[in-house]
Amino acid sequence: MNKASSWQLLSAVMRRDLAVALRRRSDVINPLLFVVIVVTLFPLAVGPGPDVLGRIATGVIWVAALLSSLLGSERLFRDDFLDGNLEQLVLSPAPLPFLALGKIVVHWLLSGLPLVILAPVCALLLKLPFEAWGTLMLTLLVGTPMLSAMTAVGAALTVSLGRGGALLSLLLLPLFIPLLIFAAAAVESTLVGTSAYGQVLLLAGLMLLTLTLAPLAVAAAIRVSVN
Amino acid sequence: MAFDSWQEVIWMGGYGFYVWLAFGVSILAIAILVVHGLLTRKKLAQMAVKKQQQQQRIARRKQQERHRSMVTNDSTS
Amino acid sequence: MWKWLHPYAKGEATYRLLGLWQPWLSGLALIFVTVGLVWGLFYAPPDYQQGDSYRIIFIHVPSAMFSMGAYTGMAIAALIALVWQIRTAEWAIAAIAPVGATLTFVALFTGAVWGKPMWGTWWEWDARLTSQLILLFLYIGVLALYYAFNDARTGAKAAAILALVGVINVPIIHFSVYWWNSLHQGATITKFEKPSMPPEMLIPLLISIAGFLFLTAALITQRLRNEILKQELHRPWAMEKLGVEANDGV
Repeated sequence: MNKASSWQLLSAVMRRDLAVALRRRSDVINPLLFVVIVVTLFPLAVGPGPDVLGRIATGVIWVAALLSSLLGSERLFRDDFLDGNLEQLVLSPAPLPFLALGKIVVHWLLSGLPLVILAPVCALLLKLPFEAWGTLMLTLLVGTPMLSAMTAVGAALTVSLGRGGALLSLLLLPLFIPLLIFAAAAVESTLVGTSAYGQVLLLAGLMLLTLTLAPLAVAAAIRVSVN
Repeated sequence: MAFDSWQEVIWMGGYGFYVWLAFGVSILAIAILVVHGLLTRKKLAQMAVKKQQQQQRIARRKQQERHRSMVTNDSTS
Repeated sequence: MWKWLHPYAKGEATYRLLGLWQPWLSGLALIFVTVGLVWGLFYAPPDYQQGDSYRIIFIHVPSAMFSMGAYTGMAIAALIALVWQIRTAEWAIAAIAPVGATLTFVALFTGAVWGKPMWGTWWEWDARLTSQLILLFLYIGVLALYYAFNDARTGAKAAAILALVGVINVPIIHFSVYWWNSLHQGATITKFEKPSMPPEMLIPLLISIAGFLFLTAALITQRLRNEILKQELHRPWAMEKLGVEANDGV
């Protein structure tokens, strides 16, 4: 198998995933609506004062993002598993981690990227001071690929279970903690007027590490699940 | 001995509740783990007995069948 | 090494070997833990700052140490299970996880109970307590995944992958929690810091640590033997070990 056809396979997988997802738009839109609704619930629960809301805004948006990433995660491999596509991927001559990375990227395009675009709306609703908006979007931009990659690992592990949902959140949420801490700290340091450079760089480092290792774990998990 | 009397041991300089609670719950948790392991073993033994009886039943049935077929073979020949 | 190791990939040989170790480990665990705890509870002098409440350390520190040690052990077993496909290593995951989770719970509980008189609250978002809590979640996740599948083999392999993913994340989680804690708390909690311990306290602590090491090993051995029997119950040797005359092939 030469290199060019591996790339061809990758692009075929990615284009197919995109097409399938765009034909079922509700799967893409529902997690985003979920984020907006969660963000709407908080002012109703803790009161609309800007001092409280502004302080918890980053945390709320990030926690909502983590939870919404779990919502859409089952769709990542479930249909492919049921219709046998996943077996074809395993049997295909292209390296499986490579294809897994492609699926992660598509998942990010459909779940992470819209979240980044949606972030200003959430920030507005939660009265996050304007100077922190940029940092919030930056942390989401750097952090959501990690979310997609980790979610892919969890989804691949539980794909052969009919009822993976609750288990998936138990497996994944503890692993999201560093992401949550550094993202919140980055926005926090912008709010107090210092540079968020360090935290964002740390997040970027973690993202690269995750994107390097997660496809390997996804590939191993798919091999286990398909057998 | 760092204490003069048993009362002082239980009192622990005013921290008795915390010290004994910590020790008690910890030992209880580990004891539960040990007992669970022993119970698992016992359950496995029961499963083994059941399996053995099953095997014996199957063996006996086979023998009977063999016997019966021999008898029928005799009568037809 | 391969030649020496390979027979132990088979259930029966491992079961026999563990059976040889188990009485020794259990005995040593009983002796060391008893000596360490009795010494610590009754004979060690009270701390000049914390009085008698510090005696919780004789359980707290060893259990915290081996809660993390057990996770490392589980991750090594997971690696062996995935790379060499050795079934005993798969079962070791199921044997280690409950023991590690219990030790983590013990460390958490004793930490919280110690925190009440020292910090005035049952739960403080102290970095050590927080990362222990997350470790407990990781253990529960591995266990839940192990038992979620109908096919034991698939469950074991999935749990092995999760354990490996977890072990890469554990240092990152630790680091992030410590960093987060120092960001939010300042250096208020120095009461646990013990730069130099007098030998009258250190010796019972070391004995207790040794005792918990043996205890952890004994508990894992017990569970691993059970797990081997459970998975090999269809074989005659396992039936014989359970006191039943196996008579297949009749």
